[in-house]
Amino acid sequence: MLENIDMSLVDWSRGQFALTAMFHWIFVPLTLGLSFIVAFMHTRYVRTGDEEWKKITKFWMKLFGINFAIGVATGIILEFEFGTNWSNYSWFVGDIFGAPLAVEGILAFFLESTFIAVMFFGWNKVSKRFHLAASWLTAFGANLSAVWILVANAWMQHPVGTAFNPDTARNEMTSFWDVALSEVAVNKFLHTVTSSFLLASIFVIAVSAWFLLRKREVMFARRSTVVASVFGVIAGIATIFTGDTSARIVAREQPMKFAAMEALYEGQTHAPLVAIGAMRTDTTRIPNPREDFIFKIEIPNALSYMVFLTPSGFVPGITDLVYGNEEQGLLSYEEKIERGAVAIQTLKELKKARDRGDEATYASLREKFEDPRWLDAYYQHFGYGYYKGRELKELIPNVKLNFYSFHVMVILGIHFLILSVIVLWLSLKNRWGERKWLLWVALITLPMPWIASQAGWLVAEMGRQPWVVYELMPTLSAVSRLKPGAVQLTFWIFLVTFTVLFIAELKIMITQIKKGPGGK
Amino acid sequence: MTWGRRLWGIILIKLFIMFAILRLFFFPDLLQRNFETDQERSDHVLEQLTNP
Repeated sequence: MLENIDMSLVDWSRGQFALTAMFHWIFVPLTLGLSFIVAFMHTRYVRTGDEEWKKITKFWMKLFGINFAIGVATGIILEFEFGTNWSNYSWFVGDIFGAPLAVEGILAFFLESTFIAVMFFGWNKVSKRFHLAASWLTAFGANLSAVWILVANAWMQHPVGTAFNPDTARNEMTSFWDVALSEVAVNKFLHTVTSSFLLASIFVIAVSAWFLLRKREVMFARRSTVVASVFGVIAGIATIFTGDTSARIVAREQPMKFAAMEALYEGQTHAPLVAIGAMRTDTTRIPNPREDFIFKIEIPNALSYMVFLTPSGFVPGITDLVYGNEEQGLLSYEEKIERGAVAIQTLKELKKARDRGDEATYASLREKFEDPRWLDAYYQHFGYGYYKGRELKELIPNVKLNFYSFHVMVILGIHFLILSVIVLWLSLKNRWGERKWLLWVALITLPMPWIASQAGWLVAEMGRQPWVVYELMPTLSAVSRLKPGAVQLTFWIFLVTFTVLFIAELKIMITQIKKGPGGK
Repeated sequence: MTWGRRLWGIILIKLFIMFAILRLFFFPDLLQRNFETDQERSDHVLEQLTNP
């Protein structure tokens, strides 16, 4: 059945999901970060009673509100797509997604949506302290919302705390805490949230730089900049720290993604880290096609050290992972495909035995799905079974895209931290704004955190291809058998709708920024 | 039109497009629509997963 699947259906379904997720992600990080910056500014107003802080708080709260209003509920479209375009996947993971998303709906969404109304409309209507509490609860609610969807995503990257039920074809949760507190989930949340704080800090610094360049609202811009640069420095350091941990986890749990991020084909000890590089595709080599560097600047031993904290650590390359490496105990993909095919065949025979009422056969096959040794030897490679008779290169993610996305994210992240440090340093010396070119650098940096953030998600999601659920379910078995034309139609509808919404966001934002903190 | 009113307008139009058009006409929950019981849904997915 799957060998006949129209791969354009898989590609269009993936494209549609990526488009929706990337559009949704334009709004989310600013909401996550700006909510805390606004809450902090609001606190300064309540503590000092200084009307300038009230003006500052109201201005950034207004921009937060615009972003929230345009972005809110765009993520629900992803859930529509689960049911329509990814019905097999949706069924396969149902219970795992159900619990975290239910907690999100009940706890975080209500917390956020209740207090956001008090935050916006509470000026002079509720007590100052209650109003301030609403600002903080909105910030915590927004970030709490992110926890659960990131837990669900982390499970797809690293499925733990669950058991597959072969009777229902669903994964069932065996430990909520293993799912919620897995190393991947905790680090994913921390890296996402800290990088979102950094994004919001750069947003505030850049918009404030615009006011300083025009010599408008100087006090407002300087105070906003100080708050944002403090946030930026703290968030920048935390982002680099969580990013480093994240890379170590990826190297261990998703070595193919890690190899693609560094375009590392041949595994090695004393592996160097490519700081900057450019590639071209060489179609004559295996695994085919292969990306070769035109030029690169390397840091000797750094990759081995980053993963193993010692330069002698062996970092497997794409070739080791595809063809296996006995010395390092790596199974070849051919072997994994064979084992995965056995697991699929076992599931098929179990269903047949159950349907024809052959209880003895059914019971013996059912036992296998509860036997840890069989699960380790066969079921953990279940997804590879779908690649029997297909080309091995389908199991290799897009190396070029992963390499560039990863390096763009890292280089921009370092730029944001350096900028935040310089801005904070000059602000504390009361010299921020003296050098025009620095203000221009800050202003030009404005869109870059979004590029870095989207690049980070590209690595996370494209790097794990072809898996929807890591090594258990590839995209080609997860997708619903729809007509590609139907998926194309909704793709274009989304593209038009999202473009209109994005233009509306930019227009309203720019208008309000131009009006300044005094504008109505 | 004030920015607040414009925002409310955008929110309402967006929710209308999402729930009254997209959800209703383009994004049915296929397993819910095509099958009546969970057993039927399981059988269908098992069929899809085990016939590569």
